[in-house]
Amino acid sequence: MKNRRAGPHWRRTFLCSFALLFLSLGQAAASPQQKSIKEELFVLPGEVGKRGGRLVFALRGEPKTLNPLIAADTRSREVIGIMQADLVHINRATQLTEPALAKSWKISPDGLQYTIVLRHGLKFSDGQPLDADDVLFTFRVYLDENVHAPQRDLLIISGKPITVRKLDARTVVFRLPKTYGVGERLFDGLAILPRHLLEKPYQEGKVSQIGTLATAANQWAGLGPFRLKEYVAGQRLVLERNPYYWKTDVKGNRLPYADELVFLFVPNADAQVLKFQSGETDAIAQLSAENFSVLSRQLRGYTMVDAGPGLEYNFLFFNLNDLGEKTSPELTRKQKWFREVRFRQAVSAAVDREAIVRLVYQGRGTPLWGLVAPGNRRWGNEELAHPPRSLERARALLKDAGFSWGNGPNGESSLLDSEGKPVEFSILTSSTNADRAKMATLIQDDLKQLGMRAEVVPLEFRSLLDRVTQTKEYDACVMGIASYDADPNSDINVWLSSGGTHLWNPSQEHPATAWEAEIDRLISEQMIARTFAQRKKLYDRAQEILAENQPMIFLASPDILAGAKNSLGNFQPAVLEPYVLWNVEQLHLKNAPENAPR
Amino acid sequence: MRTRHRLAKWLVILGVLHAIVVCAGFFAPYDPIEQDRKNPYLPPMPLHLMDAQGHLHLRPFAYALKLREGTFDHYEQDIGQPVPLKFLKYGAAYRVLGFLPARIHLFGSEDTRICLLGTDAYGRDQFSRLLYGGQISLLAGLLGAGCTLSIGLCVGAAAGYFGGWRDDALMRVAELFLALPWLYLLFALRAFLPLSVSPLKAFFLIVAVIGAVGWARPARLVRGVVLSAKERDFVRAARGFGATDSYLLRRHILPETSSVLLTQAAILIPQYVLAEMTLSFLGLGVPEPAPSWGNLLSNLQQYSVLVSYWWMYLPALAMVPFFLGYLGLASSLQERLEPYKIERRSPGSLA
Repeated sequence: MKNRRAGPHWRRTFLCSFALLFLSLGQAAASPQQKSIKEELFVLPGEVGKRGGRLVFALRGEPKTLNPLIAADTRSREVIGIMQADLVHINRATQLTEPALAKSWKISPDGLQYTIVLRHGLKFSDGQPLDADDVLFTFRVYLDENVHAPQRDLLIISGKPITVRKLDARTVVFRLPKTYGVGERLFDGLAILPRHLLEKPYQEGKVSQIGTLATAANQWAGLGPFRLKEYVAGQRLVLERNPYYWKTDVKGNRLPYADELVFLFVPNADAQVLKFQSGETDAIAQLSAENFSVLSRQLRGYTMVDAGPGLEYNFLFFNLNDLGEKTSPELTRKQKWFREVRFRQAVSAAVDREAIVRLVYQGRGTPLWGLVAPGNRRWGNEELAHPPRSLERARALLKDAGFSWGNGPNGESSLLDSEGKPVEFSILTSSTNADRAKMATLIQDDLKQLGMRAEVVPLEFRSLLDRVTQTKEYDACVMGIASYDADPNSDINVWLSSGGTHLWNPSQEHPATAWEAEIDRLISEQMIARTFAQRKKLYDRAQEILAENQPMIFLASPDILAGAKNSLGNFQPAVLEPYVLWNVEQLHLKNAPENAPR
Repeated sequence: MRTRHRLAKWLVILGVLHAIVVCAGFFAPYDPIEQDRKNPYLPPMPLHLMDAQGHLHLRPFAYALKLREGTFDHYEQDIGQPVPLKFLKYGAAYRVLGFLPARIHLFGSEDTRICLLGTDAYGRDQFSRLLYGGQISLLAGLLGAGCTLSIGLCVGAAAGYFGGWRDDALMRVAELFLALPWLYLLFALRAFLPLSVSPLKAFFLIVAVIGAVGWARPARLVRGVVLSAKERDFVRAARGFGATDSYLLRRHILPETSSVLLTQAAILIPQYVLAEMTLSFLGLGVPEPAPSWGNLLSNLQQYSVLVSYWWMYLPALAMVPFFLGYLGLASSLQERLEPYKIERRSPGSLA
């Protein structure tokens, strides 16, 4: 107790002295990117907020780790995103890159060399300074095969790793084996690790074992706006303000504004809504349309925001895996239909996307015909056809492909394949996702009008994923993916036939069809293309091929729906993850208990 | 005499309720799985005899509901558009008792659908779904109880009549079944079953599962009755005259268990209807789009439905008369058929 009370006092004195120092320096250099000899801080535009207070958010469950080297689940990544920082960052509002730990970067004319200059005076949250050696160490660990870091794949281009070299204490040179289409976006999300804490465990080969939630607060450090304070198993994770954070507001107040950030572990979406409604949490994101309208009906001191179309795309796909002898005869028979492109086109033509948007998203969504979600403003192919629902076209396609209609057992019309067998299959959906279960029920009814009999099978998400990617025993499945970046390369594993999320036939050694080979070629070509126009052209073509062959039948994309207490300042939900917390350093409580020291 | 009246009353009530559910196709105005995607979450449409101007109509009517511009689920009564109820109207095809095709419905309307209990997320008529859902839930209860009682009768009679090690073995197994956490057992059983099952198969699986799980209690009751019955004088006398085991069981002992069995049935049926509802509520029962009382209620698992659409609760109310009926039947059966009690009260009522 005593320590806790002493904490803020100590911080306040520290901040006062720091703010004074900063103000005197600020007067010397009045450029928007304020510079000083000692520290080069990043000045964020936006509303100036009040210091102090505690922000409370709900998290869908406990994060598994704080260690960026092993974090694979979204919850861990959400927390790590707040505790760590990257060299170059994608601004979630503009969807463009901006300098972060790097003050500036330069790309060589051949596009192979990136020279990155770090800010002056950067410190980890435990006060240790950061220099080029930390950056070198970070990338050495990321690229180390024995560590199995998820970041490694991003740093391997055409089979060769990126090399990193130190020029001086603040300058690092990255050399790419080939030009890389995404450019500096590559660095987004690659947390720079504290060498002083991780080097020893790394040398002992234990680097992936540290950074659990039970880590003592002084044993963990990052460059993000908040640092670890306390973890109560099963209940909450408390972060406190990082006093060394490298961003300020336009008035020169060091960010973040809030003293504390609390994540409550609330496993269920409805419980999160209740907690928000009762005022226990300050903001809520990833709302379903139903819960959004429940909350909008009675605004009790909070505001609800529809941030517009996001990057989530939902789709139906059929099992196109080639399982060889392992396939059951039943599935082989059904795969004959699934492999028929006109069958898939007919299903796509029969799906009522408008109804999905209206009934599942209550109109807060967009019908979808391609992989690039409407929230992605720069990459969608505008030429892509948006054919309206047409049962006649669907029937014509099926007839063309040798299907016919007969009478079912109850007198209804039933679709028969060329061997006279009725077309019946099951559609898997995640039992925990009510939206997708609804989509499946709507599709079931749409397909009934073509004479197909589809059973909807709700499965727990883990076992569903297991069936789709491991055992491959399923007929069809409704799923959704949320891209984490507006650059389409974030979905590269969906596009490439070798990708693990190329769901209809994942991790192929050789592309199974000519069109998949063509998509592979286009995607690898754009990876090394230099200009946006070149890349866009290649991606447009890939989108066209996908729309022609319909391995994924795209359904709809929901809007990003969020809400926050009226007292939460700078609340600007973005359509990219983390929807609400992307500007967490700027979030402030208008009724904060203490005023900012000036 | 009073007990017999009460028994008849409950039987009539239950008979009427079951007749309505069995003839769901006739009483329900629409096809329970037909979606009306323009009218999701339509609130219940009350029937009127008096219109807004105060005129009395002989034919009941409902006012059409119009979606308010720019909203998803805000409907307004359109007072200018009364929809008269048409009796004995031809509509969606159905089959009486599963085989006789028919198209005639008790009531219907011309263009605008009259949804007495509103619609669900897909615009399906809740009233029709409720009636059709009862078919599945009640049939599951009846068949499940039948299943349980036949197993219970066989096991209990065998254990009680033959006694000895057979009695011990059977009763230990029964105790094992009593101690099982049956809900988790059902979960486990369902997980073993094939991924996609047609609604019909799913239905029989549920019946088999709930029927097979609950036999232990009736078996113990039957065993008790058989134990006491086989020592009765007339049984001993019959055995003395050389009656075989099967004759004794059939003619003298099993008839003694009928009172216990009937009472058990009246208790078990609602219990098993509830079991089917629990399974369907948890998504282990009859799959969409087929309605059952459990999956009608499973919509309530979503908080937004819970607070926005009160008519989604109505299926829960609908089963109250059924359960009351069965409980009333069970208690009057107990009074009427319990021989010792009745003997003590008034020997005359045995007739």
